[in-house]
Amino acid sequence: MAEIIEKIITTDEIKTDEYLVNMGPQHPSTHGVLRLLLKLEGEIVHNVEPHVGYIHSGIEKMTEALSYTQIPHLTDRMDYLSSHMNNEAVSLLVENALQVEVPERVKYIRTIFDELQRLASHQLWWCASGMDLGALTAFFYGLRDREDILDIFEETCGARLTLNYSVPGGVMFDIHPNFQRKVKAFIKKFRKTLPEYDKLLTGNIIFQNRTKGVGILTKDDAIAYGVTGPTGRASGFSCDVRKHHPYSAYPYIKFDEKVGTGGDSFMRWKLRMDEMWESLNIIEQLIDNIPEGDYAVKMKGVIKLPEGEYYQRVETARGEFGVYVVSDGKKNPYRVKFRSPGFSNLFAINHIAKGWKIADLVAIMATFDLVIPDIDR
Amino acid sequence: MTNEQLIEQLTSANPDAVVKQGNQYPEITVSFETLHSFMQNIKSDSQLAFDYLVCQSGVDYPTYIQVVYHLESTLHKHFLVVKVNTADRETPALDTVTDIWPTAEFHEREIYDLLGIKFNNHPDLRRLFLDDTWGFPLRKDFKDDIHVVER
Repeated sequence: MAEIIEKIITTDEIKTDEYLVNMGPQHPSTHGVLRLLLKLEGEIVHNVEPHVGYIHSGIEKMTEALSYTQIPHLTDRMDYLSSHMNNEAVSLLVENALQVEVPERVKYIRTIFDELQRLASHQLWWCASGMDLGALTAFFYGLRDREDILDIFEETCGARLTLNYSVPGGVMFDIHPNFQRKVKAFIKKFRKTLPEYDKLLTGNIIFQNRTKGVGILTKDDAIAYGVTGPTGRASGFSCDVRKHHPYSAYPYIKFDEKVGTGGDSFMRWKLRMDEMWESLNIIEQLIDNIPEGDYAVKMKGVIKLPEGEYYQRVETARGEFGVYVVSDGKKNPYRVKFRSPGFSNLFAINHIAKGWKIADLVAIMATFDLVIPDIDR
Repeated sequence: MTNEQLIEQLTSANPDAVVKQGNQYPEITVSFETLHSFMQNIKSDSQLAFDYLVCQSGVDYPTYIQVVYHLESTLHKHFLVVKVNTADRETPALDTVTDIWPTAEFHEREIYDLLGIKFNNHPDLRRLFLDDTWGFPLRKDFKDDIHVVER
């Protein structure tokens, strides 16, 4: 008997049947209502089929009935962790189409908000993905620091998450008198607490074992699947819109585009940590030099874009965000398409998760930093 | 390659296509019969090398549906907008470009879902966001009797 069992085990005659398991839509590590249909053999992932659309809200259809001043407010609801960048994309598109030159003050304010929002987004990503990988302490550290940024937002524009701050022509309100002081105090504090993040997780041997070499996305695949943002740059795909197609105040400042090599989960992690340092540098260059002037130019009550097609790209915390508008000269757009970074990024997961275990899939998902409303729109 | 050189090269290589400078990027309109071979050429040509499909969108017009491809070359950093019109609105069909840019698989599924364009040779053409009871919501003549109450 023992011989027979020995023979069966060694000759692979028994194979486990492939079976299907739903990961989500309520799984904590999918970060929202995303369902992954996994084809498994034992614990090995053979295929990942994302099912999206649980919170598809038809934003593109809704915008066809809205005016250009109303559209930015809907874009908040897509990638809510990059809401200011989404607002800014629509604002820039309208300004460029009408050839309106916004005051320098607006460009500086917008760029500072961009980077603060990127920091807040990366902090939340850091703590949430730490939790995905079993490190609960990280969650408290990340949220503690994010709170400071949200307070700064709240003081200036009244909102903490969906900012609605950037509008065509400028920003909605001038910055609060405390803004510069508080941002500088935050930078000083965060420069001290950011190394704690590394101490807590990056150097942790358990964490490194779970992420190093896991889920490798090559540079060619990143380009072919349109994977942008820190995820794409970790694979060596230099795709930073801030650097290659600068907008707002990015042309005035010196900063490095962080590009990694290898493209494994650890590199994606490392790259976002580096980006946080870089964001601090960018804000420091701008915060003392905000020029005096108006915070918005007067736009017409009803904005009508000249007939034609417009495309505007910005860099959000997750990658390249694009707005494509077809205008027929009326006050509502004829068609609006949002190119959301999460949409393209998500579908690369199937390609790289094959052959890894479910626990590794969680590590891959964590370092892809997906926001589901951004995918579903 | 500058935009002028790009337009020149595209015009000489594709005499049937309409090439022009749009208000931001060079634009080319190709016929749906030549779409696949044209896309293959601009991806493999070392001078053009459009290897990054940034965005793929569908736009509904009164007599046809247009698909717009925003393409970038990561090597040469130039940008191109390719447009292709379907023959009609009743049975719109185009060739897929999934074999050229894998990301197109899901953009095309989205366009099929929301605009109803069938993509020939697509590996897995199913609805992406909505279930089968829906029509094609991004079409201009779409009427939603269930969710929208008109007064």
